[in-house]
Amino acid sequence: METVTVTIKTQPELFLEADNISPDAFAGKKAAEITTLHAYEGREQYTLGKYFDVSGDAGATAADTRIIVKGDVSRVKYIGMKMSAGEVIIEKDADMYVGAWMQGGKLTAKGNVDAFAGIGMKGGELIIEGNAGNYLGAAYRGDWRGMQGGLIRVKGNAGSDIGYFMNGGTIIVEGNADVHIATHAEGGKVVIKGDAKSKIGGQMVEGEIIVFGGIDVMMPGFKYVKDEEIEVDGTKATFALFHGDLGERHPKRKGQVVYGKLYQKI
Amino acid sequence: MTKTIPDVVCPFCGTLCDDLEVEVSDDGKTIVDVYNACAIGAEKFMHAQSKDRVKRPRMQQPDGSYKEVTYDEAVEYTAQMFAKARKPLMYGWSSTSCEAQSVGHEIAEKAGAIVDNTATVCHGTTLIAVQDVGIPSCTLGEIKNRADRIIFWGCNPTHAHPRHQSRYSIFPRGFFVNKGHKNRKVIVVDPRVTDTAKMADIHFQIEQGRDYELLSALRVAVRNEPLPDTVAGIPKEKIYEAAELLKSGRFGIIFFGMGVTQTLSKNHNIDEAIMLTKDMNEFTKFSIMAMRGHYNVTGSGQVLGWQFGYPFCVDLSRGFARYNPGETTSNDLLRRGEVDAVFVLGSDPGAHFPISSVKKISQLPSVCVDPHITPTSEISKLHVPVAFVGVEVGGNCYRMDNVPIDARKVVDPPEGVLTDTEFLTRVNKRLGELMGVA
Amino acid sequence: MTATEYLIKNGFVFDPVQGIKGDKADVAVKDGKIVKSTELSSKAKVIDASGKTVMAGAVEIHAHIAGPKVNEGRNYRPEDKLFTYTPKKKGSRMAGGFSIPTTFKTGYEYARMGYTTCMEAAMPPLFARHVHEEMKDTPIIDEGAYPVFGNNWFVMEYLKNDEIDNAAAYTAWLLNSTKGYAIKVVNPGGTEAWGWGLNCLTVNDPVPYFDITPAEIMTGLMKTNEYLGLPHSMHVHQNSLGNPGNYTVTLDSLKLAEGIKANNKFGRETVLHSTHLQFHSYGGDNWGNFESKSKEVMDYVNRQKNITVDTGCVTLDETTTMTADGPFEHHLTELNHLKWANVDVELETAAGIVPYVYSPDIKVCEIQWAIGLEIALMAKDPMRCFITTDHPNAGPFTRYPRIFKWLMSVDARKERIESFKHSAKMVDATHIAGMDKELSLYELAQMTRAGPAKSLGLASIYGGLAPGMDADVAVYNFNPDTPHKPDEIEKAFSSAAFVMKTGTPVVMDGEIVSNGNKRTIWVDAKVNENPQVMRDIKDKFLRYYSVTLGNYDVTKHFLSGNPRVIEVDATR
Repeated sequence: METVTVTIKTQPELFLEADNISPDAFAGKKAAEITTLHAYEGREQYTLGKYFDVSGDAGATAADTRIIVKGDVSRVKYIGMKMSAGEVIIEKDADMYVGAWMQGGKLTAKGNVDAFAGIGMKGGELIIEGNAGNYLGAAYRGDWRGMQGGLIRVKGNAGSDIGYFMNGGTIIVEGNADVHIATHAEGGKVVIKGDAKSKIGGQMVEGEIIVFGGIDVMMPGFKYVKDEEIEVDGTKATFALFHGDLGERHPKRKGQVVYGKLYQKI
Repeated sequence: MTKTIPDVVCPFCGTLCDDLEVEVSDDGKTIVDVYNACAIGAEKFMHAQSKDRVKRPRMQQPDGSYKEVTYDEAVEYTAQMFAKARKPLMYGWSSTSCEAQSVGHEIAEKAGAIVDNTATVCHGTTLIAVQDVGIPSCTLGEIKNRADRIIFWGCNPTHAHPRHQSRYSIFPRGFFVNKGHKNRKVIVVDPRVTDTAKMADIHFQIEQGRDYELLSALRVAVRNEPLPDTVAGIPKEKIYEAAELLKSGRFGIIFFGMGVTQTLSKNHNIDEAIMLTKDMNEFTKFSIMAMRGHYNVTGSGQVLGWQFGYPFCVDLSRGFARYNPGETTSNDLLRRGEVDAVFVLGSDPGAHFPISSVKKISQLPSVCVDPHITPTSEISKLHVPVAFVGVEVGGNCYRMDNVPIDARKVVDPPEGVLTDTEFLTRVNKRLGELMGVA
Repeated sequence: MTATEYLIKNGFVFDPVQGIKGDKADVAVKDGKIVKSTELSSKAKVIDASGKTVMAGAVEIHAHIAGPKVNEGRNYRPEDKLFTYTPKKKGSRMAGGFSIPTTFKTGYEYARMGYTTCMEAAMPPLFARHVHEEMKDTPIIDEGAYPVFGNNWFVMEYLKNDEIDNAAAYTAWLLNSTKGYAIKVVNPGGTEAWGWGLNCLTVNDPVPYFDITPAEIMTGLMKTNEYLGLPHSMHVHQNSLGNPGNYTVTLDSLKLAEGIKANNKFGRETVLHSTHLQFHSYGGDNWGNFESKSKEVMDYVNRQKNITVDTGCVTLDETTTMTADGPFEHHLTELNHLKWANVDVELETAAGIVPYVYSPDIKVCEIQWAIGLEIALMAKDPMRCFITTDHPNAGPFTRYPRIFKWLMSVDARKERIESFKHSAKMVDATHIAGMDKELSLYELAQMTRAGPAKSLGLASIYGGLAPGMDADVAVYNFNPDTPHKPDEIEKAFSSAAFVMKTGTPVVMDGEIVSNGNKRTIWVDAKVNENPQVMRDIKDKFLRYYSVTLGNYDVTKHFLSGNPRVIEVDATR
């Protein structure tokens, strides 16, 4: 794997749109060419080279390319957008849309990330070592097809609207989560190791939510079924299983209604 | 002698009453009286004639005072501001005509601006919910003619849309509802005992922040599934009763407002209410409608829609339209310091935005186009007064149910005062010259 | 100094109006009209069309491109615009939306395909102002809109009592108030029933309270149309759209035209236009035994000369359905669970919107695809069968070139059929695999130009290249004399080499070069004074409408700069 190191040297006055910081955009290019890729501040088009020092050449393909982003990129949006392969490591806090519409590869954000991280994710791995903002792994506005696959893991806390319209894949939040988890989900799995608040599994058709910590207020459409011992992300424990959302439609398979499942650790 | 102009459209709220009669002096210069309007609407017409009306643009001076400038100077300042800014915000649009909005969009497209309207702090969450789950709705005449189950959820029309109940929702005798309010049952959901709640057959005094849960519980009840003992402070028996009452009607309607659009869960509240409406259509005819506030915020959403494809917070900075509330919405842009100029027309963010946003506006190059002196005008660098749409200049507007009504002109604006459209057209032309585009 | 004289030289011309079937010919233009080439001076600008196909600008007879339900569709589908937006350019504004384009995109994309006149298929009268605002913002193409009449309270009351003269007076009044073009009927009676959550699924189901049947509504409106002598015929979307077995309802509806004679001064010979026929040609009685009844339907259409139809071909895309058939949309959302928008319009109509994915992996969609093409290929008179997709219902209009490709190439159809997931089953349920007809360019011109123009009563203006007609001309990079691959058809018709609208070049090499000077077309029908109808109108506005009579009318400032008024004298 070839490594390109991108170090921010000039902060944008507004915010920088850097959708070109991805293995797919860098693939096959040398450092000098990478600096000519476009970046946007407001309506003006600039180059990556205006804001970043670039060293190292990319691999021939996305899969062969690793990108390390150094420095404070808390005003840089879209890092890793649509990447299909390869690796991206962001050393400090990043702004919105980290790994948005990701299809493959691995993106590690060592700091915090703002909203819309991993939206529309189709595959790959998104690791956030700090906290994540709202709409983690959510669908884009209006799309009933949200996250399709892949893995998102947040070591810190996450905001609201995790896994909105989720269809597949897994989201693991090791800290706490804010309101609205897996709203409208039709598949996929969301794990909250810390505490959740309320509006969990609202309008859920299918899928799984597992909460290790507390739940302030349960949705009224979730009905207790039984206690069950399951293994979640390497931990075995007993959980109370709830079926829901009873206010929503559910499919039938083999003559049985298939509900969304909410597990709360006992 | 005076003359009375009939069929005048009231340019205040989303009820957009079009049955006003305005009596003007024989020379057509003075409004003498207004009939059929509510107190707010009548005042809209009468106050346009205030003696202390601002008639020329005012530029903020270094010491904070304002000095009168010409419209030409105002045009130049505004055009220069757009030419220099890299990401200007053009906000408001809700108290002006569609014709003006459209010219504003031409400026926005040249300047790479964000165009946002008052939905951003009001029914924007409704628009998001509609994008997620659609909306079964109808025109207000359908309510008048058919509806017999009326729900006001998180809104207080007695205060905010004063003639709504008498023109459309409770009192009128419609074609199929010929006993008026005697044929109708009213449910109000509100944590407060409002004047609207006092008229209801059932008042759910809901626990704040739990509308999402109660709406969900109604869907559970409609499906005859089990509920916990209380939801949102309402006992389950009352919830099942309410579900039965709704099912027993011939045509139900949910009207809703800021009590659900801007409280915890926001768009999810509206989403759940829409899904409840959809579920109810299995049993009887059911509809839902947003109580839009400003008289033409709906119009702004329509014009943005057919020109760019999104109803609010439209980001044109990259030369093609993008949309994502939370990123492209005014308060998020201001909070994060993402815009470098602010142009406000047809609304008053100085009064309605969080103070932290207002502070940002006061620190940026800013223009406020408004007939009045407002909290916004007093923190903007330039204040441009214009004619009142619907009083001094006509223009198309869209009612809360999306019906378009062409507002009328009843008197001339004060001597030399431009209309929104005239000012924007001059700015657009000048900006084109500065940027070297048509 | 812009030229006003043009000579489009040496192209292969296909013009059904003059019977030119691909001869090399010149087309002369002066002051916005087609003229004889002898009338041109030496100043005429020459457009070299050598090796290219030349036709009149195409005429869209039915698409949903302007109005409240179209805009609701746009606003409620941000995902329809994600990643496919065209940035603004020097001569054009930014343009977005795959299945529901913005108004700018609508004008540009139609123009790029050589379409120069387009009719908005359904205008709810209460929202007419909105339709006109959008048409004004749609560049280049001339447009008109059809107000809907088939669920209108006035119409139902008059026709119940067979008061054709009153229905005619009201119709003339409504066309004038809305600046509308024709009598459109959608799910007659059923959409009023939908005001209570009900429907009318056969031509004889009575409308609740109004107690009139769809058959009586359609017959009455045809009589009204001919009483007035309007340029277009009654334009109908029959009951029971989309339901397996609905072809019987379609035939029942079409038969109502028997014995009714066209009466008008516009050269129109037909009395009923049946729209998006594909959706109405279904057999079977459930989705499992769903099959094509295109043959039964087209046998009738071919015999019955006073009917025109348009196909409503499925393009196999993710698209957005939108129609005044409110109950159908509710039915659809119950099937696919996708977001459903609905608006019931007091005293007049309704509309519903639901996204839909026509997947080549779903047998029903494969059969729908076949039916649309079968209808076009079975038509014996191409002047009476027009190609559409009921945009955006069966697919976006930007796919017309792909439809043309399928209709003009057996190989292209074969390739598509063989790649279907349920190929064998769909072949069993349809006729398409056994059909080897390939549309000729001449037939294409009939089905997209001369035919629709004639049906609309606009044959003297649009759809042809005869002297005196509007200079709406399209030139395509397609040489009919040389062998070609089917994909070249699609490519050529997607992006014209040259398009002219009313004598102004608007497209060159697929790029927009001018916004032109579009017109809004509407019909001003004069009838005798009718105090009864005026009293009824005043009464209903006072008691049942939520707007005043004084505010209902669309005043002229909403129309584009130059309205084109088609005058009709129906006074007795």
